[in-house]
Amino acid sequence: MKLEDKKRVLREMLYARRFEERCYEAYVERKIGGFLHLYPGQEACCHGVLEAARPGYDYVITGYRDHVHAIKCGADPKEVMAELFGKETGSSKGRGGSMHIFDVKHRFMGGYALVGGPFPLAVGMAKGIKLKSTDEISICFLGDAANNQGTFHESLNIAAVWQLPVLFVCENNLYGIGTRIDRSTAVIDQHKRVCGYGFPSVQVDGQDIEAVYEAAKIAVNHVRSGKGPYFLELMTYRYRGHSMSDSNKYRSKDEEAEWTKRDPIYILRDRLIKEKALTLDEYKKMDQTIIDEIENEVIRFCEESPEPKVEDLQKYVLADNDPWVKGGAR
Amino acid sequence: MAEMMYWEAIRRAHDEEMSRDPLVICMGEDIGVAGGTYKATQGLYDKYGPERVIDTPISENGYTGVGIGASFVGIRPIIEIMSVNFAWLAMDQIFNSAAKVRYMSGGQLEAPVVIRSPGGTAHQLGAQHSARMEKVFMGVAGLRVVTPSNPRQAYGLLKSAIRCNDPVFINEHELMYNMKGEVPDAEFFHPLEGSEVTRAGRDVTLFGYNISVHWCLSAADILAKQHGIDAEVVDLYSLSPLDRAGIAASVSKTHRALIAEEAEASVGVGAEVMAIINEQCFFELDAAPVRVSAVNVPVPYNHKLEKASIPNTNDVVAAVLKMFGKA
Ligand SMILES: Cc1ncc(C[n+]2csc(CCOP(=O)(O)OP(=O)(O)O)c2C)c(N)n1
Ligand SMILES: [Mg+2]
Repeated sequence: MKLEDKKRVLREMLYARRFEERCYEAYVERKIGGFLHLYPGQEACCHGVLEAARPGYDYVITGYRDHVHAIKCGADPKEVMAELFGKETGSSKGRGGSMHIFDVKHRFMGGYALVGGPFPLAVGMAKGIKLKSTDEISICFLGDAANNQGTFHESLNIAAVWQLPVLFVCENNLYGIGTRIDRSTAVIDQHKRVCGYGFPSVQVDGQDIEAVYEAAKIAVNHVRSGKGPYFLELMTYRYRGHSMSDSNKYRSKDEEAEWTKRDPIYILRDRLIKEKALTLDEYKKMDQTIIDEIENEVIRFCEESPEPKVEDLQKYVLADNDPWVKGGAR
Repeated sequence: MAEMMYWEAIRRAHDEEMSRDPLVICMGEDIGVAGGTYKATQGLYDKYGPERVIDTPISENGYTGVGIGASFVGIRPIIEIMSVNFAWLAMDQIFNSAAKVRYMSGGQLEAPVVIRSPGGTAHQLGAQHSARMEKVFMGVAGLRVVTPSNPRQAYGLLKSAIRCNDPVFINEHELMYNMKGEVPDAEFFHPLEGSEVTRAGRDVTLFGYNISVHWCLSAADILAKQHGIDAEVVDLYSLSPLDRAGIAASVSKTHRALIAEEAEASVGVGAEVMAIINEQCFFELDAAPVRVSAVNVPVPYNHKLEKASIPNTNDVVAAVLKMFGKA
């Protein structure tokens, strides 16, 4: 990665971290309801892969841990946070919530709450790309536990038989809610499961953004050049609970401490400091700027935004005045 | 006006739409090289090629989701699921993805897919190939459900469904693919909403949809000829949304109602139509509405038991006579 890109991405990852932490606070303040799944610890996965792709142009889809992916694709953080606040100004106009962020103009095709649900959708978008002979690719980010769904196998098989431009990114954080991977899954290394479908798959350190980026470049190249699907497994860890209602009884303090030592943000920060491209002071200043920015721009926007009107409850269920409902436009 | 079979009408709609718009594709098990279990896509593989007439693996939830995903980026897929009994496996993608995506994206994304599938009892196919599922589909917001009772509707409903920007489930029937009927020579689009008075009458309304329209029509003949009862037959080709106004208009005219359905009564079309009658025009009624429905049992294999499990014309006649105190 180029130096200026590394510096920019460090800021983006730190922004993502602070954004998610502010979501946590807003949830505690009861500004945010429902399920809330936060991303701290996994930032290098989303940022590393999408640095190697074309966010805003390539189609990206993921599960419910979706705020950061949306923002990286180009979604306005104000609209993402407003969605969590349930406001009309939210990216899904307050109808979706944390698990259903969409920003179609930036080709962020959604957060979905059914574990494994996005696999076939990602493959379908890839089918559409192939039919239209355009050069986008379809990128599907999901967790390790999602691979135990039938949709994983059905979708990988279809993507392979039809040679579709889809990149599967598995963010292996070793847990599906409170069940450690070895208790749910016969093979811990998820990339090995792909050999049954005959396309390339690799495993990479998901805490080191440069490692992710380098692997993703190869993956994206493969997919974009028409060679068919590709599978990237990124070994990572989430620092917070699965969602806000987490028993936190399923993993040891030692394990958490081990992974905290490999914080993706600190890995990149310390590398930049070592390369003399950044000082700790500059970093701290940047951090404070981000915290202020989130408070003064994002949170204020959400507080000031109106809620959806109850009269509009049934808006967006079906298409508005679709002529074919009446048998055509004539 | 040409006579054609139900499957030919479906095939014609595919062909016209696929030749008009290169983004219309069709997909399903055995629909391509093999030409389709019910011939609905016969010849299309040779005409449009494997990229647009797609033989899928036996992965109902997978390929249905693939079709939905393709629709997100501008493709107009027509997905055939070989039997509604297999559509259960695709419920996740139909309900959780297609039906909800417009709403949960605040109107940003839509899933203009058509899902076609035959339901219903054919000839001794046993419990896992004879179920009806329209009641399940029609209970879900964000999904349209239509069900053609004749070749004209089979053609026109599919034409409109392909162009409509909502996901549309088309409930067909295994026994109806060889049914003949008139279809206009000129291209036409059937409305996706509403209902159709197939036979006008004064004394009682017989509501049917898909195959049960035909029981109602032959029952109406018998009632007129043998019992002096003038029945109106209303074809509910749109199951979601149901035509509340059309249902109320007919009942307000005849003051009596019967609903015939091949499915079990519980939580079904009949139950829903009765509820609508209650809500819309209860005080117009001269008699309590009745349902003629299947027995609540997995469909048996033995042909006598199978026949006994689903209603027919005679059941409709008997129920009307009872309603009039004539039986
Ligand atoms: C079909 C389905 N089953 C169960 C759940 C409940 N659930 C939500 S997240 C989750 C664990 C998924 O873990 P993983 O795929 O590894 O993703 P992570 O949360 O670790 O990012 C489960 C079981 C669900 N949302 N959907
Ligand atoms: Mg996980």
